Amino acid sequence: MSLITKPAKDAKMPRINWARAEEAENFAKTVKLFRQGKIDPDSFRRFRLQHGAYGTRMTDDYAMVRIKIPAGEIYPHQIEKIASLSEAFSIGSAHVSTRQNIQLHWVVLEDVSEIIRGLAEVGLTPREACGNSVRNVMCSPLAGVCDEEEFDATPYAVATAKFLLRNPLNQALPRKFKFNFTCCEKHGLVRMTDVGLIPQTRTVGGNFQRGFRVFLGGGLGNKSFVGHQLEDFTPEEDLLYTSIAVLRIFDRLGDRKNMARNRMRYLVDQMGWEQFQNLVLKERAIVRATQSVVVKLSVEPVPAPAAPLRISGFDGKAIPDGFSRWRKNNTYKQKQDGYYSTSITLEAGDITSSQLRALADICREFSAEGYGRTGFVQDVVLRWVHESDLARLYSRLLEAGLANPGSLTMAHPVGCSGTTSCNLALTNSHRLAKEIQRKFIELNLDEDDDLRDSTIKISGCPNSCGQHEIATIGFYGGGGRNGKDMYPIYQMSVGGRADGETMLGVNVMRIPAKRVMPAIAKVIEAFKANKKQGDTLKSWIHKVVTGHSDSQIKSVDDLKKILLPLTQAPSVTDDKDFYADYGSDSSYHTKTGKGECAA
Amino acid sequence: MRRLSKEKMISTTVDADLLRSEIRDNSVRVIDVRRAEDYKKDHIPKSVNLPLADLLSDDDPQRVLKIAQSFGIDDETPVVVYDDTFGALASRVAWTLQYLGHSDVSLLDMTYGKWKSTGLETDAKEQSFGPKTHSLRLRPEILATVDYLEKAKDSKNVVLLDNRERLNFLEQHIPGAVNIPYRTLASEDKILRTKDELRRLLKNRGINEDSEIITYCGSVGTLSGLAYYALKSADYPNVKLYVRSFKEWKGLNKPIVKQENADYWDLSAE
Repeated sequence: MSLITKPAKDAKMPRINWARAEEAENFAKTVKLFRQGKIDPDSFRRFRLQHGAYGTRMTDDYAMVRIKIPAGEIYPHQIEKIASLSEAFSIGSAHVSTRQNIQLHWVVLEDVSEIIRGLAEVGLTPREACGNSVRNVMCSPLAGVCDEEEFDATPYAVATAKFLLRNPLNQALPRKFKFNFTCCEKHGLVRMTDVGLIPQTRTVGGNFQRGFRVFLGGGLGNKSFVGHQLEDFTPEEDLLYTSIAVLRIFDRLGDRKNMARNRMRYLVDQMGWEQFQNLVLKERAIVRATQSVVVKLSVEPVPAPAAPLRISGFDGKAIPDGFSRWRKNNTYKQKQDGYYSTSITLEAGDITSSQLRALADICREFSAEGYGRTGFVQDVVLRWVHESDLARLYSRLLEAGLANPGSLTMAHPVGCSGTTSCNLALTNSHRLAKEIQRKFIELNLDEDDDLRDSTIKISGCPNSCGQHEIATIGFYGGGGRNGKDMYPIYQMSVGGRADGETMLGVNVMRIPAKRVMPAIAKVIEAFKANKKQGDTLKSWIHKVVTGHSDSQIKSVDDLKKILLPLTQAPSVTDDKDFYADYGSDSSYHTKTGKGECAA
Repeated sequence: MRRLSKEKMISTTVDADLLRSEIRDNSVRVIDVRRAEDYKKDHIPKSVNLPLADLLSDDDPQRVLKIAQSFGIDDETPVVVYDDTFGALASRVAWTLQYLGHSDVSLLDMTYGKWKSTGLETDAKEQSFGPKTHSLRLRPEILATVDYLEKAKDSKNVVLLDNRERLNFLEQHIPGAVNIPYRTLASEDKILRTKDELRRLLKNRGINEDSEIITYCGSVGTLSGLAYYALKSADYPNVKLYVRSFKEWKGLNKPIVKQENADYWDLSAE
C-alpha cells in the first residue's frame, strides 16, 4: 500500500459546484442516438447547444465547448483541468472569451462528453453556455476591488447564475439572454446587454439600502441597441423578482419565428421603451405576489482575504527589463491599500495548456484571494497582489510568456474567433487582432498616454461577437471585389463606447484587411496633428462623431478623405498579398455556414 | 491484461510497487530508453540503457536482437521499459521487442520523472549482465507496412488511428483516419488511463474490439506506439503499428486530406 500522500495544493476551493456529473453520460448517449439517426438534427442541435457545445466551421464532426465561468471566478485546479482537457481533446490552447467563458475549439463531437465529465470533477460546466438560455452571468473582474464601486456585485452575480442554471424558467427562451453585472460605470458593459446592473446604495429614512441601477434591452449584434434604465433604484430584494419578470415577458412575447430579430432588444424596440418598462414593473408585482414559496437569492458575501499570504517581495534578483512598462498599463490599484489587480494580456484570448498550468501556479503564489478572474477583454485578471510582489510576479509571467504589456490600453485589441472556427465568419478577425497587438507593442504604442483609454475591437462578420460597435476604432469583416477577384475587407467604425456615455460606433468606410493597420496609423496621425491639450484619441474621436470637433477634422467625412487612398485595390499581379487574408497564403473567397448563436 | 500463448497473463503496464519487488528478486530486466547522459546521472536500480535514438539508428531485427541478448534477455526474461517522455519512447522500444518475438514486455506505468519525484530509489551505477540467447520469431501481425496499410485501410473492419495533436491532424492526415491525440491516452499521473476510461473513450468514438486497428503518428511510431499499448491495455486484441508513420506516407506522395476552409492554426497561442 502506498503511503505517499500529497498535501492539498489549494487553500482556496470554489464555493459552488456548477456541475452535474450525469450530464456527461447523458450527452454521450444522445450523441450516439443522433449518429444512429434516432434523433433528428434539429432536436439534437438544441440539446447540444443547451449543453454548451457550439458548431464548428464547415464540419459536423467537431464542436466548440464553451465553459461557463460565472462572474469569471476560476480556481487554480480548474485552470489545470482545462489545460489537460485542451491537450487531450482540443488543440492544446484554450480561448478566453469576451463574456468570461473559456472555450475549447475543434473538439470531436464524440469527445464532448469527456470534457463535461472532466469539468464536473472540478465543479465546472458548459451547461447553458450556448443556445436559447441565460448565458454566463458576467461580473466585472474588478468587482470587490474597484475604488469607484458602491459595493461588491460578485455575490449577486454568482447567486443569479446559481438561481438560473438549469432553471426551467429559461430552458427554451426565444433566444439567448445575457446578464452583466459591473462594479461601476467605467468598467462595465451594462448598456450593451439584455440586463445590465450597476451596484447603487441609498439611505431612506435613516435606513441604508443596497440596490442596483438596472438597464434593459441593450445588446450588440447585426442591429445593436443601447439599454434603458428601468427605474431610479432597484432594491436588492427586488433583483430576483425583476430578473424573473423580465425573463417571463421575453419568454411570452419574444419573437420565436424570426431568428434575425428574436433577441429581447428587438422586442423592446418594437414595443417602445415605456410600454416595455410598464410591463416589467407590472409583471414584477405579479411575480412578487404569486411566488408560492419565497424565492430569494442566496447572496453570500465574499470575505476579503483575511490574512493575505505575504510573499517576501525581494528575492535578490534584479527587476527584469520591461517591468515599469508592464506595471503602468497592466495593473490596477485596488481600493484596498497596498494591493493591485493585474491584467494578463493574451493574444486575442488564446492561451496554451502549459501557460494555463503556469497561470494556476501563479494564482496560488501571488493572489491573496487564491484564484483568478476572466475579464471582459479576452484577458485574465489576477487580483490581490501585494505591491511589493509585482516585480516578482512580472518575472514569473515573463517566463511563462504571459507578460505582454499594454493590457489596459489600445494595444490590446479584441478579435472574435473569425474563420479559425466560426461558421459565420467572413474574415480572420482573430489573426488580425493578434497582428495589430504585435505591431502596437513593437511600436511601443502601449506607452502612449493619449491612446490609453481607446480600444480596437474586431468581428469577422456583422454579428458583433468582437464587439466592434463599442470600440473607439471598430472593424467587421466582409468580402471586397476587384473585377473577378475577391479580397478580405473590413467595415471600419469610430467613436463607439460602452461607459456612461455609451454609443455605437459610426461607420466610416470599408478598408481592405491588409490596409487596416495603415488605416489605424492614419487615424492616430490625424489625431496627433489635430489634438488640443487634454485630448485623448477617444475624447477627440468622440468630438468628431458628435459634431463637436474643435480641430481641422470636423466630421467622419474628413476622416474618410484621409483614408480614401487606402481603399484602392491594386491588381493581383502587383500585390498578390492584398488578396489573401491574414493567416492564409491563398487567394480569398467568402464561405460561410449556418450560424447557431453569435457569441 | 492480455492473454498469451503460454497461458501467462502479462500486464501492459506494471506499477512501481510490483517493479520494485521484481527488481529486488532479480526477476526482471529493466530498460531505460532515455539518452545516455541522462541514464548516467541516475536511473532505476539495475536498469540497462537503450536510448531510443540508438535503436532507431538501425532497427533491423537482427541488430536489436543482439542488443537484447547483450542485456541478458532470453525468451523467458520479463522486461519492463520506461522513459521520461510520457511513455511514448518506451512504447516504441517495447513494441520492437515484441515484434522480435519477445512475449513478456511491459511498460512502467509512470515516467521516470514521476518515479523520482515520488521519492523512489535511483542509482547511478551502470549495470551489465551476461549475454543470453534469444530466438527470433518475428510477429508481422503487429506491424503495418505502407503496402499493408494501403490495402487494408478502406476495409470496413479497419480503423486507422492518427495519434498526433489535433492541429497537425486537421492540417493533413491519411484519408479515413480518425484522430485520438496521444495526450488523450494518459491520466494526470500515469502514462495510460485506466482500462475502463480508455474503453469508454473508444466506445464513444464507435471503435470496437472486433475491429482491426492501425495506429500511426508523425514519423517513427512513438506516439502511436503508446496508442498501441493503450489499446492493448483496453483489451483490443487486433492492433498494428504503422511504424514508419506519416513521414513515410507523405514521402511516398500518397494521398493526404486536410480540413479545409478554416484557419484553425491561428487559434493556437503558440
